[in-house]
Amino acid sequence: MQYNGEHLLPGQLGHFLVILSLVCSIVATVAFFKANKLQLTTDKSGWLKLARASFLVETISIFTVFGILYFIVAGHYHEYFFAWNHSSRSLQTRYLLACIWEDQSGSFLLWSIWHCVLGWIIIWKNKTWEAPVLTIINFAQFCIATMLLGIYFFDVKIGSDPFILWRHSMPDLPLFANPDYLKLPKVFEGNDLNTLLQNYWMVIHPPILFLGFASCIIPFGFAYGGLVNKNHDWYKPAIPWASFSAAVLGAGIMMGAAWAYESLSFGGYWAWDPVENASLVPWITLVAGLHTNIIYKGTGYSLRSTYFFYIISFTLVLYSTFLTRSGVLGDTSVHAFTGADMTVQLVLFVLVFFIPIMVLFFKNYKAIPSIQKEESTYSREFWMFIGALVLFLSAIIIIAKTSTPVFNKIFKTNIAPPEDPVFAYNQIQVFVAIIIGMLTAVGQYFKFKNTPAKMFSQKILWPTLLSLVISIAISVWGHISYDKKGIGFLAAIHVAIFASVYATIANAAYIWTALKGKMRSAGASVAHVGFGLVLLGVLISSAKKQVLSWNTTGITVLSKTASEDPAENITLFKGIKTDMGKYHVTYVTDTFNAYERKRFYELEFETKDGKEKFSLYPDVIKNNKGMEGFAANPASKHYWNKDIFVYISSFLGAANNDTTKFDSRILKTGDTSFYSSGFFVVNKANFNPAEFQSKYIPGEKAVFLDVDVVAKNGQKYKANPGIAISKDGLSIRAIPDTVVGQSLIFNFNKVTEKGQLDVGIKETGSLKDLVTLKVYEFPMINVLWIGVIVMIVGFVMSIRKRILQFSKA
Amino acid sequence: MKKTNIIALVCIAAAIVALISYTGSLTTYETIASAKQKEGRFVNLIAKIDHSQPVEYDAVKNPNYLSFTAIDTLGNTVKVVFHNSKPTDMEKSERVVLKGKMLEGEFDCKEILLKCPSKYKDDVKVVSKSVNS
Repeated sequence: MQYNGEHLLPGQLGHFLVILSLVCSIVATVAFFKANKLQLTTDKSGWLKLARASFLVETISIFTVFGILYFIVAGHYHEYFFAWNHSSRSLQTRYLLACIWEDQSGSFLLWSIWHCVLGWIIIWKNKTWEAPVLTIINFAQFCIATMLLGIYFFDVKIGSDPFILWRHSMPDLPLFANPDYLKLPKVFEGNDLNTLLQNYWMVIHPPILFLGFASCIIPFGFAYGGLVNKNHDWYKPAIPWASFSAAVLGAGIMMGAAWAYESLSFGGYWAWDPVENASLVPWITLVAGLHTNIIYKGTGYSLRSTYFFYIISFTLVLYSTFLTRSGVLGDTSVHAFTGADMTVQLVLFVLVFFIPIMVLFFKNYKAIPSIQKEESTYSREFWMFIGALVLFLSAIIIIAKTSTPVFNKIFKTNIAPPEDPVFAYNQIQVFVAIIIGMLTAVGQYFKFKNTPAKMFSQKILWPTLLSLVISIAISVWGHISYDKKGIGFLAAIHVAIFASVYATIANAAYIWTALKGKMRSAGASVAHVGFGLVLLGVLISSAKKQVLSWNTTGITVLSKTASEDPAENITLFKGIKTDMGKYHVTYVTDTFNAYERKRFYELEFETKDGKEKFSLYPDVIKNNKGMEGFAANPASKHYWNKDIFVYISSFLGAANNDTTKFDSRILKTGDTSFYSSGFFVVNKANFNPAEFQSKYIPGEKAVFLDVDVVAKNGQKYKANPGIAISKDGLSIRAIPDTVVGQSLIFNFNKVTEKGQLDVGIKETGSLKDLVTLKVYEFPMINVLWIGVIVMIVGFVMSIRKRILQFSKA
Repeated sequence: MKKTNIIALVCIAAAIVALISYTGSLTTYETIASAKQKEGRFVNLIAKIDHSQPVEYDAVKNPNYLSFTAIDTLGNTVKVVFHNSKPTDMEKSERVVLKGKMLEGEFDCKEILLKCPSKYKDDVKVVSKSVNS
């Protein structure tokens, strides 16, 4: 059949370039490998030329592939499944890039692009290590290119092709019987980007995170080069590279945390979700490797562990790729990625790097220089090594816990996460925080090799005292009383607060006392100050996170069971001021923004003392992609010392049709009648009562009933439904009244012929405009974000310094 | 033995203890029948929402009370009570993981994980649904 309006050329070109890049990456891998083996410069340069040429073609191909993919998405060429599935015509332009990394193959492509960029920086800056590092990079490029292939090899599908035509990938869909299928409204419009990803963080967070992942290959490449060439001089250039990776990966992870905090209703920035853990763990081991690398540079100790840490970091990056993309996490992660049948390929991706390098590592283990003499207890290298070890073990614990689904798959068990998975992580990691915080504080006060005990104690004395004073002040006046998990855990939190304050103060002090304020050399200290602040922010904001939306309305909580099943949601009715702890909250109005496709709710917060008034605008966005319902985006009010964080947990829109009917009761004044959770008494009928003047038009004859409602729990309410008869006596209208706390509506239907009162009552479902929300207070959350920024600044400072040193040497 | 080795061994021992103690807190995935036998134990129930039974949720009456009937692949059913707000797209999810425990014949649920038809999967079924809807 001839289809109309299709554009086949971009896809053919794109697919061809993917294959070309695959071929080039093999050629480049072999050529760089050969160039590395050969000793003679003349032989070497020939292979190197070939290698660089194919790497160049590969780079151009990858960039062009990305360009074509963007062209297809931005041009809405929905004959390509990729474009149709990930974008829509009404999507804002700024989210078009996010469409590319919503897809597995799109994010692999992003990774591949960063490999190219990093590869050229190595070729440009570091000729000595170019050949081995680029052997590794190109081999990784080859593996990634196979993920984009989408061809069958003896019935086994390899990779998924982003350029596949929709009618090829799903030929059985009936719509392809129509030659003009592209004009069908659903096809024309596009399936849209997942609403959760329509957020500016989603445009910036994946590129940074993938740069972090991609850059982990450089220390790994150095380690490979060191092992095959039996030359360990890579330790110098590796330091700025590892710092770069740690800074970028750290920034990427924390941007993800900020995204979760700002736009997802997970109720916080970190949930120990497997996907989060999988990216955190390589960062931890990389930081461990960076520290042992510095030890080796300073003293000659710890080279073997540096090799190991750099190898394991990149392996963990690959492992995290497997975890998040193969679908193995299934039931344990809210992110719920499901695999495109690439599990085998992803497992191979991990093993093909890990096994050969480990063989190489153990074969050369003895040959890696090490010092037999023991480190002095009064030396920096001793404590740094302990720190690196603790970091590594903490990483092992985290990844082991995260891997239970993998364990289930292999051993056919049915192990599930514990009842409180977050606490299972916290109760261990709080001790890691204590040890690492303390070591971060004192580490730099030790000198390499040996430190005169007196000098050490003199210098460390006043930062220690100051930290003690500050942290005791926080402990005493900070109201940190997180006792849900027992006194032991609370004590650990207090100690950890001391450790983090200590890390911050001691490192800040080190800049003045030891470095005499020389900021050029202060990179490490600044990064450590940032790290201390991150720890402090995490500890305080989580230990003091408060639920503000305790259900305090008259709406009964049927059974508030254990303390861990709190009634954290509060329901607000439009226009009705509701009591919520420190605040009165009013749901003022809601507006629909057609451009962003979000419904914004205006919630007015007023402190009970009336001193402060502000509005917050959380919103909900209609889900797409076959998912019904809505996704909530939180809003927060920022103070210098806390955030008020609110999101809509449930709402009733006008779309919900009211199906309940008024139940009519014929009563006389003084009569009592029942409803599901109480009774009401009609006291009397008032004619044209002055107090309800605003409810009827002058000239109308109005009758209002005075009704007392008594709920089961003893709560009393007033209701005043009325009717109004127009001046000419021809029409009659009802003026209903509601008892919000009992979700009752009273409608005064009429006065019967016998002079009795016909009162309609209706329960629930009828109050249409209501939202249910959760409100949290996160204290000191800013300390966390500031800490992250300070840490990254510190990394950048030390990278700068190392690069200057390196280029001088 | 070097001091670092001793400390390393101590740390590794601590890590092993931490992991072993973690295994003690692990729970299991269960069917409705097996969960009923483990009354009072915290389990993860893999089930579907039984659409033939009413889902009871009324944000007006109580935003923290949701109750519905779950059915598993073996056809067993159980009433589930969840003291929190109703997850927005709950009805549409193909499969749910319910975390909680059996109490007096009802499943007292603490957390609901929804497995939506597809968040990231390019499933033909899902695609044809969104094209035709």
